[in-house]
Amino acid sequence: MLQITGLTVKYGVGVHALQDASVDVPEGAVAAVIGGNGAGKSSLMRAISGTLGFHAGRVVEGSITYDGRNLAGLSPQKILRLGIAHVPEGRRILGEMTVLENLRAGGAIVRSTRKRVNALQEIMDRFPILAERRNQRAGLLSGGEQQILAIGRGLMSSPKVMLLDEPTLGLSPQMVERVADTIREVNASGVTVVVVEQNAAMALGVATDGHVIERGRVVLSDSAAALRDSPDVRRLFLGGDVDEGLGLDAAPASLATLTRWSA
Amino acid sequence: MLETLLQGLSSSSIYAVLALGFVVIYKGTKVVNLAHGSVMLLGVYVISLLAPRLGFWPGAVIGILVGAAGAVVIQFMTNAVRSKDHLVMTIMTIGINVMIAAELTHEIGDATVFTGDPWGNRSLSIGGSSFPVSRLMALIVGSVLIGVIFAIFRFTQFGVKLRASAVDAETSSLLGISQRSVSIWSWVIGGGLATVGGIFLAAFPANGLDSGSATLAMSAIPAIIIGGMDSAGGAVLGGLIVGCGEAVARRLIPELAPVLGDSFASVVPFILMLAVLLVRPSGLFGSKVVQRV
Ligand SMILES: Nc1ncnc2c1ncn2[C@@H]1O[C@H](COP(=O)(O)OP(=O)(O)OP(=O)(O)O)[C@@H](O)[C@H]1O
Ligand SMILES: [Mg+2]
Repeated sequence: MLQITGLTVKYGVGVHALQDASVDVPEGAVAAVIGGNGAGKSSLMRAISGTLGFHAGRVVEGSITYDGRNLAGLSPQKILRLGIAHVPEGRRILGEMTVLENLRAGGAIVRSTRKRVNALQEIMDRFPILAERRNQRAGLLSGGEQQILAIGRGLMSSPKVMLLDEPTLGLSPQMVERVADTIREVNASGVTVVVVEQNAAMALGVATDGHVIERGRVVLSDSAAALRDSPDVRRLFLGGDVDEGLGLDAAPASLATLTRWSA
Repeated sequence: MLETLLQGLSSSSIYAVLALGFVVIYKGTKVVNLAHGSVMLLGVYVISLLAPRLGFWPGAVIGILVGAAGAVVIQFMTNAVRSKDHLVMTIMTIGINVMIAAELTHEIGDATVFTGDPWGNRSLSIGGSSFPVSRLMALIVGSVLIGVIFAIFRFTQFGVKLRASAVDAETSSLLGISQRSVSIWSWVIGGGLATVGGIFLAAFPANGLDSGSATLAMSAIPAIIIGGMDSAGGAVLGGLIVGCGEAVARRLIPELAPVLGDSFASVVPFILMLAVLLVRPSGLFGSKVVQRV
């Protein structure tokens, strides 16, 4: 459904954030993309949603196709219209606006008022916490509630694919569980999900497929179950001892990067 | 006293309408439209041409639409520059102001333009003092417009989009909000408001507008600086402070400090503005971002 092929992303004149990255996301999947700080996870999400421009970044090589359609050069709005919603890193809720207004902003591309109101009602039903606090300033919600709001806002346009960038960052274990459940529910309702995480345990727990990114390269792609069982991945991401790298990236710096991820 | 208050309130509403125009445009595009005065004069000039043939109200509607369209043209011009720097765009509006003003001066010459409004120089007697009907209308229309603008901000889908894109452009684009349409509509509203303000600036007790009147719109600048560039509530509060401050000064200066002269009252808004700037650089309700301008 979503096919990323040989993608190279660059910021400014120098930094290569992604290099020759390929990821295939089948319809109905939950694809986990795991990797440490600066691995290039957010860059991948931005490339798909067409928002690299906001960071002076650009795709220099490779392609992203969705349902066979090349997304190159499309505006974020067009890409959203095609059915790909991006819930950005750090949630980016509109803090001064109410919960309801945040959701309404999420329905910006829905022209028909009736459809927008229906979507709103559906999301309120699905996330009672948002209904309860609909008229409160969104900035007053807890981190976890803000994440739920960000996901609800992303759902307002009834997307077919949802990109989630680090949805559990900074959340308590209970909230992490809650977000994981939400991802399962969203997926069960027919939305294909790509979830980027440093919390590999959570991501591989909800995912059907997994992709490991290290310093801009996709170094491993497999089913989530296989990744969960892989001794290397267990050792490096799921809390085991770290005494060597995956051996997938020859550069010596990778070990240092990997050490920081194990949560 | 009542007279001073009414006078203050009615000029406050004119300031507030002009200030709201600046604020809507600023919120939508982060550009301070320094051609606001020319847009205002353009709208009023069109009304003055049409009103004798079509009548005031149809003329006013068309004039307001022309003001709105003129503002959109300016928006396209500022957008045509490569630079996405809002300061550059703001400075461009100064140049555009000069261009429009020159053309209008050429058209208008030494004449005074009248909108032919139906209120004329009639006055009502309120609580023993007489008060111009035109000023009463300014107060009513201004208050209604302010209410309408607030309702648009709060309840319409456009309002949500405008506010969202004002605080976070990247997130707004992720949500599919088109910055282009937000920009265009905010200039439409701003240009329309400028013309409405101009209609009342031209009305009694003033004696029409002349080709130099474009600068009158600049008298709303203290109001937006006081209120905060990006706050609609601030624009109204700023308008109130400026309008009432000026009315009170006009009333008290001849008694208390005649040396300052008659025209000193029109300096008062700027003094109030400086006072607020010293304490709160981003205005009473403005957000910090404003300081980047
Ligand atoms: N706006 C930017 N300008 C320049 N370089 C950037 C920018 N954003 C990211 N980079 C660089 O691109 C690389 C990949 O960054 P990216 O944000 O995609 O990583 P990430 O995997 O999302 O990291 P994190 O887990 O910290 O969010 C990093 O080396 C980073 O320094
Ligand atoms: Mg990131």
